[in-house]
Amino acid sequence: MTLLRAEGIGKAYGPTPALVDVDLTVRAGEVVAVMGPSGSGKSTLLHCLAGIVRPDTGAVTYDGRDLTAMSDAGRSALRRGDFGFVFQFGRLVPELTCVENVALPLRLAGERRRAAERKALEWLERLEAAGVGGRRPGEVSGGQAQRVAVARALVTSPRVVFADEPTGALDSLNGEQVMRLLGDAARDTGAAVLLVTHEARVAAYSDREVVVRDGRIRDLMGAP
Amino acid sequence: MSIGHTLLGLLESGPRHGYDLKRAFDEKFGHDRPLHYGQVYSTMSRLLKNGLVEVDGIEPGEGPERKRYAITEAGVTDVGRWLAQAEKPEPYLQSTLYTKVVLALLTGRSAAELLDTQRAEHLRLMRELTRRKQDGDLADQLICDHALFHLEADLRWLELTAARLGQLAEAVGGSAR
Repeated sequence: MTLLRAEGIGKAYGPTPALVDVDLTVRAGEVVAVMGPSGSGKSTLLHCLAGIVRPDTGAVTYDGRDLTAMSDAGRSALRRGDFGFVFQFGRLVPELTCVENVALPLRLAGERRRAAERKALEWLERLEAAGVGGRRPGEVSGGQAQRVAVARALVTSPRVVFADEPTGALDSLNGEQVMRLLGDAARDTGAAVLLVTHEARVAAYSDREVVVRDGRIRDLMGAP
Repeated sequence: MSIGHTLLGLLESGPRHGYDLKRAFDEKFGHDRPLHYGQVYSTMSRLLKNGLVEVDGIEPGEGPERKRYAITEAGVTDVGRWLAQAEKPEPYLQSTLYTKVVLALLTGRSAAELLDTQRAEHLRLMRELTRRKQDGDLADQLICDHALFHLEADLRWLELTAARLGQLAEAVGGSAR
């Protein structure tokens, strides 16, 4: 089932085109890697698909709804409820403990503290990071912090996870563990993952990959 | 590397004598391993027998007669097929890939497409190794990791070459597509 679809999207920053007439389809439960050189438009594509950036041309539809026609508030609500995000440097809130960080999206959605933290702890256990729940992000390793970030992205049971270089700041072993856990968790929950990476070994955890070059996309395998 | 396909590719720009072919091959691809004359003539005999080249003319000389070879339609098709087909990902593949890229540039084919086809093949194997690694024991993991790191190095070369196609086209006198 097609969950997310970009049709002919284009985006320019001033005179510089970042995306040119891009088509991409992401199905439910599928892990798609977006690869390409630095500055090729990978992150802009992810931001357009996630409704963070509005493309200048073309349309993005999520579950049949046109993201490009939605209000800012509508897109924000979608990002909180249906989408999860993992970034290169975790972006955890330093003042909160790890379990509070994971529980944060649930708390923002109105869930009570105890129930939210119980779910957060379950996700930390699943990501083999339960031991750091009571610590603050500054007190844990990069690999542990990234597992916390993945737990936070998945705690709301999103239908799409957007991961922008999620292993970019990790060594090989930690990077692979994070990818294995992210891939397994997403497949178990049926979430689609859009994975931006420049590392081929990370992309090898995906079901298929597309390459962005000079703002244009090349689907190396075609949709399955 | 397929010497037959490389010589055929060099013939696409026009008929040449065996000696010219050897010189062109050595200049472009044989820096550390020039071709022997015997290899050129045995390869040309095989290509002739298979209908991939034809004799375009014969010049008598003091020594043996000098044949000038021209590529046939079947030969052009054969080169095109070879260039479009991904190589089996394996270590030390670079000399074959480099040859294919240069020939694509020289013959006006898409070198970028060739690199993407190869990239897809590398990634397909990497995905397969990653799955095997996830299902395997530590020994499997280490063996797969070794292969994965080598494939990743190849891929980085493919990416860098893709980024330098314009430069390479200028250097070899072809056109980047």
